[in-house]
Amino acid sequence: MSVMNSVMGWVDDRFPASKMWKEHLSEYYAPKNFNFWYFFGSLALLVLVLQIVTGIFLTMSYKPDAAFAFSSVEYIMRDVNWGWLIRYMHSTGASAFFIVVYLHMFRGLIYGSYKQPRELLWIFGMLIYLALMAEAFFGYLLPWGQMSYWGAQVIVSLFGAIPVVGDELSLWIRGDFVISDVTLNRFFAFHVIAVPFVLVALVVAHVLALHEVGSNNPDGVEIKKNKDENGIPKDGIPFHPYYTVKDIVGVVVFLMFFSIVVFFVPEMGGYFLEHANFEPADPLKTPLHIAPVWYFTPFYAILRAIPDKFLGVVTMGAAVVILFFLPWLDRNPVKSIRYRGWQYKVMLTLFVIAFVVLGYLGMEAPSPVKTFIAQVATAIYFAFFLLMPIYTKMEKNKPVPERVTQ
Amino acid sequence: MSTEGVDRGRRRFLTTVTAGAGAVGVGFVAAPFVISMQPSARAQAAGAPVEADISKLEPGQMVTYEWRGKPVWIVRRSERNLDDLPSMDEKLRDPASEQPQQPEYAQNPQRSIKPEYLVLIGICTHLGCAPSYRPEIAPADLGSDWRGGFFCPCHGSKFDLAGRVYSGVPAPLNLEVPPHKYLSDTRILVGEDKGAA
Repeated sequence: MSVMNSVMGWVDDRFPASKMWKEHLSEYYAPKNFNFWYFFGSLALLVLVLQIVTGIFLTMSYKPDAAFAFSSVEYIMRDVNWGWLIRYMHSTGASAFFIVVYLHMFRGLIYGSYKQPRELLWIFGMLIYLALMAEAFFGYLLPWGQMSYWGAQVIVSLFGAIPVVGDELSLWIRGDFVISDVTLNRFFAFHVIAVPFVLVALVVAHVLALHEVGSNNPDGVEIKKNKDENGIPKDGIPFHPYYTVKDIVGVVVFLMFFSIVVFFVPEMGGYFLEHANFEPADPLKTPLHIAPVWYFTPFYAILRAIPDKFLGVVTMGAAVVILFFLPWLDRNPVKSIRYRGWQYKVMLTLFVIAFVVLGYLGMEAPSPVKTFIAQVATAIYFAFFLLMPIYTKMEKNKPVPERVTQ
Repeated sequence: MSTEGVDRGRRRFLTTVTAGAGAVGVGFVAAPFVISMQPSARAQAAGAPVEADISKLEPGQMVTYEWRGKPVWIVRRSERNLDDLPSMDEKLRDPASEQPQQPEYAQNPQRSIKPEYLVLIGICTHLGCAPSYRPEIAPADLGSDWRGGFFCPCHGSKFDLAGRVYSGVPAPLNLEVPPHKYLSDTRILVGEDKGAA
């Protein structure tokens, strides 16, 4: 033991190992009343690690060349030892990432985790979400199937809607007059190097910002306001071992569901891996129905709901960007939904319904009725944000407790 | 360290100038990287013009050629098709082809050099899908007033037999007419129009 101690002492004199361990784990005090919703932050970290590790092993067999990309994926599936497992973990991981992140964001919405003093934490989180969308988009071209190809075609041509520079911009993104080998090659570079670097850096910033301000909790009470004589929050418990152990339970349950998908329904009925993507990309044959993967469909439905192309692109962009402003749109000082008035509860419920409905409509072929429903849902989506400064001021709050409950 | 006797204004000026010079340098270094993402010489060469043979095309028929990886349609329209075109005007978003979706020599009611032959890029102006050629008159799924045209199955955009977009559909613009010229009565060069009449 003393050898161990002296080795640690030697290291600590040269690198703040013990200091960091204490600051971020053994002496990071998190509120004691975390519930189910607080699993998803650490699960997102787990999925990030899974994606990076499986991704590294996939690049060992994948070829980012339009002539070989599709067949190299089939090679991974059929000939590489355990290749099918690694690839299905990666493809399932992509969807799992979005499921976990959407639930993590919903937690923020119900407990007001975006409010002062956590605005920057929320913004880092939103940047992670943006990077994640870019990562998913670039990665989806790599298998070079029909849906990869035409999905990229549709998304890149969205940039063409920008006045004046639009066409030049989409030409620059593609590096060719159409989506081609050139595009595949650069999307590979973005997917395996550029965006993952940004993603990891943002995750570090997100965690550092969290540990600077401290975690919110289901009561939305600041535990730092009540400290004992040692300066430790009375309602706080050390993250390690209490929450590391609790999160392991979450990890086990998550991995159960994850394994069920990986081993029994890796395509998830066409939702995680779209059927059209089992056909190699063909630039001269558009699939009859182009739909993005499920995690993009709410925004795709918003795009289609607007009859004008440029305004559609702007509206879709605004649907993502408006989330950044949430900390300043919500004027109610009370954080947790437990103590807020009925207005926010009603609007949040409508918002979630609109989001799910848009997600469904984005997968369907358009029809006049569906377009109309998508327009209504789009209006609700934006009303949640744009009317927020008004209805959050009208709320009649319940008294917020001094200390966390339970 | 003593800061006595330091000329702060001078120090600020030098710091600003140094930072500015550094920023300019970064800009210059960034340029080659940004420009490297433009289409390469090979990609440009692959976008060379394509010759199309129209000698075997019957009225109502369509052939597809590939130019710059995009489908180029050449449709031979019948007399009836051409007669139907003016009647479509009120249903269209841009009946007079005012948007710059065609070279000047194709900015006419038929959107073509020779009225019979229509040359179009077969990519929907909405989101880049490939519309299907539907020359039938009044088919069941497109309604009794359909006079032939192109229908995009992705998002339901409709175009008439001159590639002009209907109003009230997602596509904002008429289908694009690529630059082209007649090499002879039976041969069209797609992708180049220099010296064309």
